Amino acid sequence: MAIVSPGFSGRRQSADVQLPPGQYLTEDFPVLTAGPTPRVPTDRWELTVNTEAGQKYTWSWQQLIELPAEKITTDIHCVTKWSKLGTRWKGVSLDVLLEEVETAADFALVQSYGGYTTNLPLEDLLDGQAWIAYRYDDDDITPEHGGPARLLVPHLYFWKSAKWVRGIQLLLEDEPGFWETAGYHDYGDPWREQRYQGD
Amino acid sequence: MSDHVDGNALAGDLREIFAVDLTVATGQCAGCGYRGSVASLRVYQNAPGVVARCPHCEEVVLRLVRAPGRAWLDLRGTVSLEIPLQA
Ligand SMILES: [Zn+2]
Repeated sequence: MAIVSPGFSGRRQSADVQLPPGQYLTEDFPVLTAGPTPRVPTDRWELTVNTEAGQKYTWSWQQLIELPAEKITTDIHCVTKWSKLGTRWKGVSLDVLLEEVETAADFALVQSYGGYTTNLPLEDLLDGQAWIAYRYDDDDITPEHGGPARLLVPHLYFWKSAKWVRGIQLLLEDEPGFWETAGYHDYGDPWREQRYQGD
Repeated sequence: MSDHVDGNALAGDLREIFAVDLTVATGQCAGCGYRGSVASLRVYQNAPGVVARCPHCEEVVLRLVRAPGRAWLDLRGTVSLEIPLQA
């Protein structure tokens, strides 16, 4: 049996990869949840985009998975300080979903089955930075990890990647979401360590 | 003379209230009106903060986020807390 010093392997990992400040590497995929896990059958699932002018765009599950999808391999960073490298997803870019949407909005409030919300500037959902993901590691996304579909916006702390996504409200003014109204940072850039308000 | 004073006037009352064990307080849910002890709430703590939900309607009644050197307490889901005190 080989004896490996955890301290040694830890140093090697942190030397090989650059993590945002204050983060540590994890191999597993911790499940964080602020409430009971919603279980939404895909035949009753839908995604709605509401604009600031009151226009509504809706996609059924079938319509979602028929849209052009991308495979995404990305590092993710949770505000509780774990980071996971090279996670593999499949989903539809928000560029595709929002292409037809007429809006003058600068902000988005993302809404989930179960009542969770999170906010971000609309521009952070565009230009290849965000997806509605429905596959993880070549499998359906489990309900515990936000399935059937979750937002994936990996350049921000992972609380912004709302599980069980069901809608996006486009807004002219910023409207803080679930954690953003309870002390967490409005934007949440892990590379600037924007964990809490005022960071 | 002003009709109000600043929040420092709350110091005595709040110190008395927040020093007690709040799990024995009776809270009323803003979502459904259910009344029950704080100890009876459903608490989710594998999260960026602590989230307490009503055992009747599952709405959030209390959230607590701790950061180094500060904490946020959000009670917007609670109509009121009835806190037993020494008579
Ligand atoms: Zn309730």
